[in-house]
Amino acid sequence: MNKMPVIIIGAFLTFLSSWIGLVAYPYLQLGRYTPFTAEDTGDINPPPLSGMAVMGQRAYASSGCIYCHSQQVRQAGYGSDLERGWGARPTVARDYMRENPAFLGTMRTGPDLTNIGARQPSAMWHHQHLYQPTVVSPGSIMPSYRYLYRLQKIEGQRSANAIDLLPPDNPPDGYEVVPTYEAEALVAYLLSLNRNYPLPEAPEPPQQ
Amino acid sequence: MSATPAHPSTTTPEMDKAERALIDESTRIPVLLFFGSAVFWLLVGTLFALLASFKMNAPHFLDQWGWLTFGRVRPAHLNAVAYGWAAPAGIGVALWLMARLCRTPLRHSKLLICAALFWNIGILLGIFGILSGDGRSIEWLEFPNYASLMLFVAFGLIAVWAVIMFRFRQPGHVYVSQWYLLAAFLWFPWLYSTANILLNFEPIQGGAQGAVNWWYGHNALGLWFTPIGLAAAYYFIPKVIGRPIHSYYLSILGFWSLALFYSWNGMHHLIGGPFPAWMVSASVVASVMMFIPVITTAINHHMTVRGNFGALKWSPTLRFTVFGAMCYTLSSVQGSLMAIPSLNKVTHFTHYTVGHAHLGLYAFFTMIMFGSMYYITPRIVGWEWPSARLIRWHFWLVAIGIGVMVVALTIGGILQGIALLDPGITFMATLDYTKPWLLLRSGSGILLTAGHIVFAVSFTLLLLKAGSKRTEPTLFGSDQGRKPESLVP
Repeated sequence: MNKMPVIIIGAFLTFLSSWIGLVAYPYLQLGRYTPFTAEDTGDINPPPLSGMAVMGQRAYASSGCIYCHSQQVRQAGYGSDLERGWGARPTVARDYMRENPAFLGTMRTGPDLTNIGARQPSAMWHHQHLYQPTVVSPGSIMPSYRYLYRLQKIEGQRSANAIDLLPPDNPPDGYEVVPTYEAEALVAYLLSLNRNYPLPEAPEPPQQ
Repeated sequence: MSATPAHPSTTTPEMDKAERALIDESTRIPVLLFFGSAVFWLLVGTLFALLASFKMNAPHFLDQWGWLTFGRVRPAHLNAVAYGWAAPAGIGVALWLMARLCRTPLRHSKLLICAALFWNIGILLGIFGILSGDGRSIEWLEFPNYASLMLFVAFGLIAVWAVIMFRFRQPGHVYVSQWYLLAAFLWFPWLYSTANILLNFEPIQGGAQGAVNWWYGHNALGLWFTPIGLAAAYYFIPKVIGRPIHSYYLSILGFWSLALFYSWNGMHHLIGGPFPAWMVSASVVASVMMFIPVITTAINHHMTVRGNFGALKWSPTLRFTVFGAMCYTLSSVQGSLMAIPSLNKVTHFTHYTVGHAHLGLYAFFTMIMFGSMYYITPRIVGWEWPSARLIRWHFWLVAIGIGVMVVALTIGGILQGIALLDPGITFMATLDYTKPWLLLRSGSGILLTAGHIVFAVSFTLLLLKAGSKRTEPTLFGSDQGRKPESLVP
């Protein structure tokens, strides 16, 4: 092994094999999905995201939710994802076609969020929980995202989007806490997380 | 080509001390630029690590600012230590090794000085970007594009330099460390550019992103940090002990099996996930096959040190390097086992994986970098380490610190994993299993921080040429006037 070409070409070829197998091939097989339109109902799945939800995707990345929350429901036999009610079916590659980036995650300090929009469909719940997670879910070690909210003086009527907070975080009299645009977007994204729709490669099991 | 070629320095008596000193001196500015900035980012990255760890113990700690929220401090930690500390430390070691092993003074140091500048501007922008909310939340690739572009330019310059250096090498044997370095210089720019283009610059569809993400994430460790760490171990172990590597053939087997199998490992981070079964299976098989390069290298290193373990008592370089080489075996065996689906079911999505990552990037790679810097820095500065006591404190603080951290995260992670598998245990209860261990992890973090401060002080004192000039290398025990049995220059 005293010749540079031997080392370079060998290193090139071994690495090329994995580039083909784990980059080029996945791109061709998993990176060119189109949404599926159900013939009977006309539903398009996965459904397109609202503009607000797309902004929320960015907020999710910006605040680093992925470091504690996964977004993948594994097949039966790989953990208790289905038994915990994190999804009606395992997720498949097409579920992520509109995600950028795809927040698959590697850590579950918090629960899986693949279907959080179905489990917690209330925007107010999400705002409360983001502001005071340890009050809403006792025992949680999620930090507060109160930097995404504004404390302001009530001018005339209380704002329609002011959030209801429990002690000790409730605002003083005459004040209210309102979400910033980023918080509204993040909640819109969380509410959009619902993968309980059927796809040809992942039919939804019958409801029990 | 003889069956067991000796270490280059022992085969060439004509390359005397003066010639080595000339080569060392030629590497001074670029290597010190990389080492110095690495030590700086090590301290910054350690601070972020402490913050992130404390936040898991006390979620309200500093939660009023978005800049310091857990989800930003944690990637800031990873990127500061991986790209700010580990990579530049590795580059510094690689530059010096290339010059020594090519037996030629370092050429075109301006290329490297530019690279160091670009690299550090990139890290600064990247960390700032993550804290201000520009992070991409793609693990190992969080840097916004304006930062990763800088790193890529820096890396391109270094790769060009490496090829030039190799062309100007003295004819003769190409040592095993050089194979690893050359391959790493080829692999990393390819890896980094492919992953950044497909995930950040022109993102592909989400369904394929996970594969590219973990192809990158695992190969950054396996085909960049690992080759540099092994290159250093292959150089310093025989160098300090003063005898050649045990077997040339084991070195060849270890190198090529690593190149072939490591690059296929990535998908074991996605077992059970939304990917075709064959892709995940290929990675599981490749991960188990990693036993071949790992055991081969472990035997080769062990047989080289055998009979000379006494040298660990006096040589800081050897003590850090052998610690690192042993942890390479440990973390790789652990990694292969974690890829087996029945065990992965328990460890996936838990703190166990975090413990494994620290066993690899810290106990293996970082410890070898410390060892290498203890050898290289005095030779290029022309001043010995100011105090053996500081080195001893550094070693024991970080060795105990990383040991406690890995044990805490391993136990906490296994308990968490077993609880997660049982749907009868509520999710909130799975968290309770981890809390005491996360507290212990913070404790270990304090030890590591102290160790890093000691190292930074020692490094700064050396650069300032503090104290009285020593004529002999600073070895453990030299403060007490004890002499080691054998001294190798």
